[in-house]
Amino acid sequence: MDDGIRMNSPVLSGQHVEQVRSVREQREEQPLYVTRIKVYPRRVEGLYRRIKWTILGLCLGLYYLVPWLRWDRGPGAPDQAILLDLPGRRGYFFWIEIWPQEVYFITGLLILGAVGLFFVTAYLGRVWCGYACPQTVWTDLFMLVERWIEGDRNARIKLDKSAGNSIKLVRKLAKHVAWIVIGAATGGAWVFYFTDAPATFVEIFTGRASLTVYLFVAAFTATTYTFAGWAREQVCTYMCPWPRFQAAMFDEDTFTVTYQRQRGEPRGKHKSGTSWDGRGDCIDCDSCVAVCPTGIDIRDGQQLECIGCGLCIDACNTVMDKVGRPRGLIAFDTHANQQAKATGTSHHHRWIRPRPIIYAVVLVLVASIMLTALLMRSDVELHVLRDRAPLYVTLSDGSIRNGYTVKILNKARETRIFDLAIHGLDHARVSVVGEEAQPVDDHVKLTAKPDSVATYRVYVAEPAGGKRVKPAREHNDIEFILRDARQHAQARHETVFVAPKH
Amino acid sequence: MPTKIEKDDVTGRDTTGHVWDGIKELNTPLPNWWVITFWVTVVWAVGYLIVYPSLPGIGGLFGYSSRTDLVQSLNEQRGQRAAFVSKIEAASLADLRRNEDLLNFALAGGRQVFADNCVPCHGAGGAGARGYPSLADDDWLWGGTLDMIHQTIRYGVRNADDKSRISQMPRFGVDGVLKAPEISDVADYVLTMSGSAQSSAASARGEPLYKEHCVACHGEKGEGNMELGSPRLDDRIWLYGGDRASVIQSITNARAGAMPAWEGRLDAATIKMLVVYVHTLGGGK
Repeated sequence: MDDGIRMNSPVLSGQHVEQVRSVREQREEQPLYVTRIKVYPRRVEGLYRRIKWTILGLCLGLYYLVPWLRWDRGPGAPDQAILLDLPGRRGYFFWIEIWPQEVYFITGLLILGAVGLFFVTAYLGRVWCGYACPQTVWTDLFMLVERWIEGDRNARIKLDKSAGNSIKLVRKLAKHVAWIVIGAATGGAWVFYFTDAPATFVEIFTGRASLTVYLFVAAFTATTYTFAGWAREQVCTYMCPWPRFQAAMFDEDTFTVTYQRQRGEPRGKHKSGTSWDGRGDCIDCDSCVAVCPTGIDIRDGQQLECIGCGLCIDACNTVMDKVGRPRGLIAFDTHANQQAKATGTSHHHRWIRPRPIIYAVVLVLVASIMLTALLMRSDVELHVLRDRAPLYVTLSDGSIRNGYTVKILNKARETRIFDLAIHGLDHARVSVVGEEAQPVDDHVKLTAKPDSVATYRVYVAEPAGGKRVKPAREHNDIEFILRDARQHAQARHETVFVAPKH
Repeated sequence: MPTKIEKDDVTGRDTTGHVWDGIKELNTPLPNWWVITFWVTVVWAVGYLIVYPSLPGIGGLFGYSSRTDLVQSLNEQRGQRAAFVSKIEAASLADLRRNEDLLNFALAGGRQVFADNCVPCHGAGGAGARGYPSLADDDWLWGGTLDMIHQTIRYGVRNADDKSRISQMPRFGVDGVLKAPEISDVADYVLTMSGSAQSSAASARGEPLYKEHCVACHGEKGEGNMELGSPRLDDRIWLYGGDRASVIQSITNARAGAMPAWEGRLDAATIKMLVVYVHTLGGGK
């Protein structure tokens, strides 16, 4: 290969340029097990870079600011809009309060997230990877800091190659300190989702926060620093499972970052003023490779390492503008379009296709199930646990009694008095340990404190003797029914009443 | 067998000289990370040997011992419980029953102590067994109030303790007080009191015998006497079986179930916890 040509593209003439080669190209010269080839992405400007900065700002802003949002829930309740109170066993999301029993809402959210990802991927390829994935966002932020301190691509390569001197030491030290500070801020913000943010913020700096808080801050500082500072594109290429099966969501009409081979080839150096006839538009300047955060050459075609960020599009467009050729040599395009162009036919892009429609249907289905569950959500739950030992007790008057542990989950923030009744036994008498003052009847009044579980030992007795219409069978299906004082907010629980064999 | 050590052309490494089926084994050194890890573990092991008890008779620099660790954990736990335990010791049983926090602690503790000490006779959940009273029903031989249960647990029944609950039913048959046919008649009468059997000529013959020999303890109508621990005969609960043969056997040989005194075996607070737990089993009195 002729280094002279590659190093002196007309665009960048007059500037010292390090040789630009893709990681794949460099790897082919190495044995099977290779150490990481460091990627030095160059600064780039353009539409996709601006979108990427905007999304980065949005994501980081959301991440850092959301724990500080307040939401008044009245006295005794935390006023943080989004809070996962693990010791208190509650999840708060604005007006919604989740108990551990309702953790399926989080499962639903994860399913929505996954199917949403499939849906977007089917249309736009790996835009999640390129724009919104935390790995991408933080790596981008770390690269920005790196560029501020060590300079752009060529300066960084030069700095790495230079012998150890004080300037190198100061710059490297400054960079790593900055990274660790960002990492600490990341870890610090993470714990705010699990604790009261303003209080914990003060506690962290005054040394009064719990060991758990410090450990989590340390762990997230370490992972942020390692993943965004050192591992970077290796996380996407080796650790993340998503690139391995993302192709399964693609079809021929999915937009991906594409090099227009039929327009670009044959590539080669172009001297200003000479004819463009008989050659492709690609001037082989390697700008697309230099800006790539994963260090690939998009001209090799669609590949696993491509995170679909479109920075190579920006780089190529800049070059095309300079050499006076139309933009879009690298563009978000579909496989079907490419094939049509290669064969000279025209292709009408299909927006309505089976794959995204299936994803959309699943998405709507899961979302409506979750919404229904959320709207139908009762602020009271009833759990009944039947005594296993003894199965039943014969009382002195010969009646049979079963014991139950009844738990009333009062999710409201007020003390409520419930009415607990039994259905399924003819002459059931209900009594409660500690509530002996209440008349023995077929129902009983139970008090539940605000936002807590009230536990009661409840006895159900079925009288024996001549008055009974029919003897209780060995297994009787019964039902506990809970009503609040205003007779709404019902909860039911089915169980059995056991009697001896006759 | 090693034959000839030579340089491999492809990798540029020496071979070990081992050849199997024409395949030469390369002398590939272990990766550095592996060797370093190995030596770190060796150094670690030496350090461990010095600071932790590894050799017989030598304690180790840290003075660590799993036994002292356990004692420490137990003491810690005792410390955590102390706040509750001292309150339980000071509180009366009635107050204990009323204080929600103390009650929850006592019920949890009582459940554990009951499982460790009482379940062998009284069964899980106080279900009882033949000869061993059920604690889950509404019938109490020696009284079902908190104080009565407290006394029964502390001093037990028919044992060597000075304050033990004592009573003894006469052995009507064995000691020749009643003859076999008379015992049979009394049994028939006793069964009518609980409604288990209809009145008959035999039960009519048994009635005066019951009035003469049994009323003092079991009462006019078989209502029993908790002062003496004599069971009710007018209910459906039979400690030793409610069929005719079992009742005859009870009258003939008498019954005398015993229970150990727990004072001295369990501390005062533990016994109190046990009392409130047992009290809730059947709903108490």
